[in-house]
Amino acid sequence: MFIVLSWRNVWRNPRRTIVIMTAVVIGVWCMIFLGALMRGIANQMVRNGISTLTGHIHVHQRGYRNDPVIENSIRHPDEVERALTAVCPPGSLWTPRVRVNAVASNARHSRGVTLVGIDPHREAPVSFIGTAVTDGNYLDPGDRRGVIIGKALAEKYETKLGWKLLVMSQDEEGEIASKAFRITGIFRAELESTETQYLFVTLPAAQEMLSMKDGISEFSIVLPDHDTVDEVTAGLRSALSAEQYAVHDWRELLPIVTEYLKIYDNFIYLWFLVVFIAMGFGIVNTTLMAVFERIREFGLLRSLGMKPLWIVREVLIESFFILFVGMVLGNLLGFLSIFIVSTTGIDLSSLAAGMEYAGMSRIIYPSIDIRDVLAANLFVLLLRLLVSLYPAIKAARFTPVEALSHT
Amino acid sequence: MNIVECTELRKTYRQGKVEVNALNGITLSIGKSEFTALAGPSGSGKTTLLNLIGGLDTSDSGRITVDGNNLDSMSQSELAVMRLKKVGFVFQSYNLIPVLTALENVEFVMLLQGIPSSERRSRAQAILDDVGLAGTYHRRPAELSGGQQQRVAVARAIVSNPSIVLADEPTANLDSATGSGLLDIMREMNERRNVTFIFSTHDRMVMEHARRLVLIKDGRVADDQRHDGK
Repeated sequence: MFIVLSWRNVWRNPRRTIVIMTAVVIGVWCMIFLGALMRGIANQMVRNGISTLTGHIHVHQRGYRNDPVIENSIRHPDEVERALTAVCPPGSLWTPRVRVNAVASNARHSRGVTLVGIDPHREAPVSFIGTAVTDGNYLDPGDRRGVIIGKALAEKYETKLGWKLLVMSQDEEGEIASKAFRITGIFRAELESTETQYLFVTLPAAQEMLSMKDGISEFSIVLPDHDTVDEVTAGLRSALSAEQYAVHDWRELLPIVTEYLKIYDNFIYLWFLVVFIAMGFGIVNTTLMAVFERIREFGLLRSLGMKPLWIVREVLIESFFILFVGMVLGNLLGFLSIFIVSTTGIDLSSLAAGMEYAGMSRIIYPSIDIRDVLAANLFVLLLRLLVSLYPAIKAARFTPVEALSHT
Repeated sequence: MNIVECTELRKTYRQGKVEVNALNGITLSIGKSEFTALAGPSGSGKTTLLNLIGGLDTSDSGRITVDGNNLDSMSQSELAVMRLKKVGFVFQSYNLIPVLTALENVEFVMLLQGIPSSERRSRAQAILDDVGLAGTYHRRPAELSGGQQQRVAVARAIVSNPSIVLADEPTANLDSATGSGLLDIMREMNERRNVTFIFSTHDRMVMEHARRLVLIKDGRVADDQRHDGK
């Protein structure tokens, strides 16, 4: 009957109860929806970073990251391939690349770019480029003259398929190496900066141009399970000579993204706290009103022999009911709005420049992380019950005589 | 043995900067199954005395025992348990729980006592029948008249088989016919169940129904008369 009593007390003033419930619904909805949006942004940043060219893990010659020049190339890629075969779990994919800074120019324009020499077949399942070509053709493994460029770069250079592009860099001997490639494909990427930054040629074409023989700049590895990154990274560091090779995971390769993720994690919980505080004052105020209206009744309960702790429990159960209904509806609203938005995304093209700097896509999609949902619900439940303690204890502390004489 | 023993009870209240001496050394004994009215003008101390007997308040000095229990040495928790087991209350303004039905209001005290639900239900129904409220089990207080509500309060007060029932101005909000009917019910409960009734009143009708009339004046017993009552 205590449960029945609490439930009926909740509905003594339906208007007030609905107001409090609405506050809880909106609060929980905001927490879940905006949390999913922020989580979606964070996940997209990671996905963009990994799929662009980073992968989960890179293996470089030691010194390459500090100075990405030809001299710091991996001379014996077979040695690294053997280690990768031994350490990486089944389902892992990896690909060799040449990656050097270069200058691309045509009759109209010239700018710094990154020349990437790839094995087209091995590269396709590892990075975005395998499915990114929208005009022309993807690279053929035997093609020594073709280049794929980004759509944004093509527009900047006012060039098109079939036209030539001169690429210059520094070769193994420290001499200027240059080659005229023919544009055989144009790719689209999530970020415009990717389209303007990278040119893709075949690995043999790059090695030939730069006189690298069999040398490569890096191996990029994609794992079947994102959560095994640490384990595989440690395994590769053990398997490869630390003096010769450096193994880095995506967090080290994308420090800005990593720092953003840390900020987002804290920001999400800060957001929860802000929403809760905004809700909390209103909830405490209305609960206090509900308690003060029933002082005489609490006096009656005490006079009948009800212990003060039971009165505290009654008020907390009432709070719990309001919370529970509000949370259920808030969660439903949250999931529904996420489902609706997830089909179209939210277009933030007007903020594109700023978004790109942070590695975010122009269109963001919410992403539900069950930990965020549980955290939001637990946050609301525990803190709400905590703030309800004050009015509950207040209700229990009136002496029967004080309470019964209250008008 | 007397069910209530009060010895030199004193109680002072502070109202702002003013101190009010509600009780000035009351000494009073009430026997089992008595039907006693505490009468007197407003501010004479009768409600204060009732509150002390019921363990709702504590005296500043003096001694009070209820059914052998010395209330002065009891903690708030112990007083709550004492009220639950030994005291029934009937208030002037009924004080029913508005969201519970008549039956549930009567069951509530037994719920606090830990009585199983089937027994609670049957006892509550029986007592409501006894006070003439058969058929109103599922009505809420807002759906009952004043007299009916007060009868539910009486039923609630006695359903747990208390040693005493304390009724503070029980007829104050009732018309004379309804009040008289209520007093008859309480008198019947007193005679049939041997429950001690102690009233605080300045209603002449209640005084006439009582078998003992204790006049309280300025916080002291001014007169104490026994008669048969109606």
